[in-house]
Amino acid sequence: MKKMGPKAWSLRRRQVWSSRLTQAGFILVLLSLWYGASNHWGVNALLLPKPQLVWAELVDILRTGEFWPDLLLTLSELAGAFTISLTLGLVVGFLVSLSPALVKVFEPLIAGVYAVPIILFLPLFVLFFGLGAPSKIALGATISFFPIVLNTIAGFVSVDRICVTAARSMGASPAKLVRYVLVPGALPVILTGLRMGFTIALLAIIGSETIASLAGIGHRIVQMAEAMETARMFAYIVFVIVIAASLNALVSSLEKRGAARR
Amino acid sequence: MIRHGFILKFMGRHPRWSQLIVVLLFLVFWELAARFWVDKMFLSPPSRVYGEIGRVFSTRGVPEALGITLLELGVAFTLAVMAGLVVGLAVGLGNFARRSFMPIILLLYGIPQITILPLFILYFGIGAPSKIAFGVTHGFFPIVLAIVAGVQNLKPILMTSAQSMGASRWQIFRYVILPHMIPTFFAGMRLGMTGVLLGVLLAELYVSTAGIGQFTAIFTQSFDPTRLLGLISILALMAMVLNEIVRRGEAHFSKWRN
Repeated sequence: MKKMGPKAWSLRRRQVWSSRLTQAGFILVLLSLWYGASNHWGVNALLLPKPQLVWAELVDILRTGEFWPDLLLTLSELAGAFTISLTLGLVVGFLVSLSPALVKVFEPLIAGVYAVPIILFLPLFVLFFGLGAPSKIALGATISFFPIVLNTIAGFVSVDRICVTAARSMGASPAKLVRYVLVPGALPVILTGLRMGFTIALLAIIGSETIASLAGIGHRIVQMAEAMETARMFAYIVFVIVIAASLNALVSSLEKRGAARR
Repeated sequence: MIRHGFILKFMGRHPRWSQLIVVLLFLVFWELAARFWVDKMFLSPPSRVYGEIGRVFSTRGVPEALGITLLELGVAFTLAVMAGLVVGLAVGLGNFARRSFMPIILLLYGIPQITILPLFILYFGIGAPSKIAFGVTHGFFPIVLAIVAGVQNLKPILMTSAQSMGASRWQIFRYVILPHMIPTFFAGMRLGMTGVLLGVLLAELYVSTAGIGQFTAIFTQSFDPTRLLGLISILALMAMVLNEIVRRGEAHFSKWRN
């Protein structure tokens, strides 16, 4: 990590604070517009429920704890999908990176498949695995496999050849070479891939729950939409956005710590 | 060990051929799996999917649905590029505007848009407008971010020298900013195309009355893997062609710099 002087640091911090303030101000403006539109300017409550009503619904959802089964299902689907893509992505990425010839053949192939919107495979997964959790896990794992494997390849390839040669000539065993040279060198790039993979796995799972499912947090939003319970739907949307944002923030901070620790 | 070395050597010498062989091996594996191991209610061999691709097109409504989806993609992409270009330039060119609006754009970009898909249906109905709107919001943000980044990468010395030589604001825009923006613009278009494809297809799969989402649902529910795989292949091909067009554009228009 680059060290910053105290002056640069305070400037940086001021920028962060001013952008936080702008964001807070924007949210306030948006909320007051929402309040005005739904309370005073006669926008249909089915299209735009009153913010105070949404707040009451949100409090009700949190108080009754009715979100737990859906949330736990979504999170366990996410865990399943991410475990699969992490394992496969790291293993395949490492194996491909072992030889420049393999990289030359497989890297463009994998990147080429990644250029297709993978969401297209969702109907196929629903056909194979049904409407339950397995089809979500399959889609999440497939989508998040690509950034993980591509970044793993890129990470290992980016390790300085001189370091590898030096370690070898000093008599490092293959295991030691991996442990002390390759992994630390590749780690930042791999961690970025893992973060990207996690984020899009979450999106894919919520998305596939929205499109075709029986339960889960994305399904709940759709259910409320179909029942025309717009206020509760808004409350669920806010809930899911907060959950997704905190998960992503958590993963980003893990990535930063992991990259800094090496 | 000798064979192993031979394969690697071959791959190193002929990466294109090796890729072709890998793809062929995959197809052979798929063919065998579909013929001998997997229930044919779920998986069709590629030979059959390819052979009956005509049957997908002759399904009543499919050509029209493909046309409608293509139209949705085109309209959404055009709108996303126009809006993204205007907002990106407006936000990127001014220091004050960048500092005050960039945080808001980043905040909005961070929202998982899929959660608000039901809202789009509520506001825009189940027809084409909701798909277009969802595609636009998916394509808009990557384009804005790319353009803002591109504007920031302009070398200040170019602006200063143009100014000191007495160029008007319009001349600076036309002869300094615009030529330098072109590679960025195409990079943004490429990212935007990815976003638009995702948005439109998500909305199509969610609910559809005329586009292809309707038919993926029908083929899934009637356990017709041949036609489903055929339709998915057509759509995947369409997506690859669209991506390739913008990628070529990007490569073509950023050549002048080198």
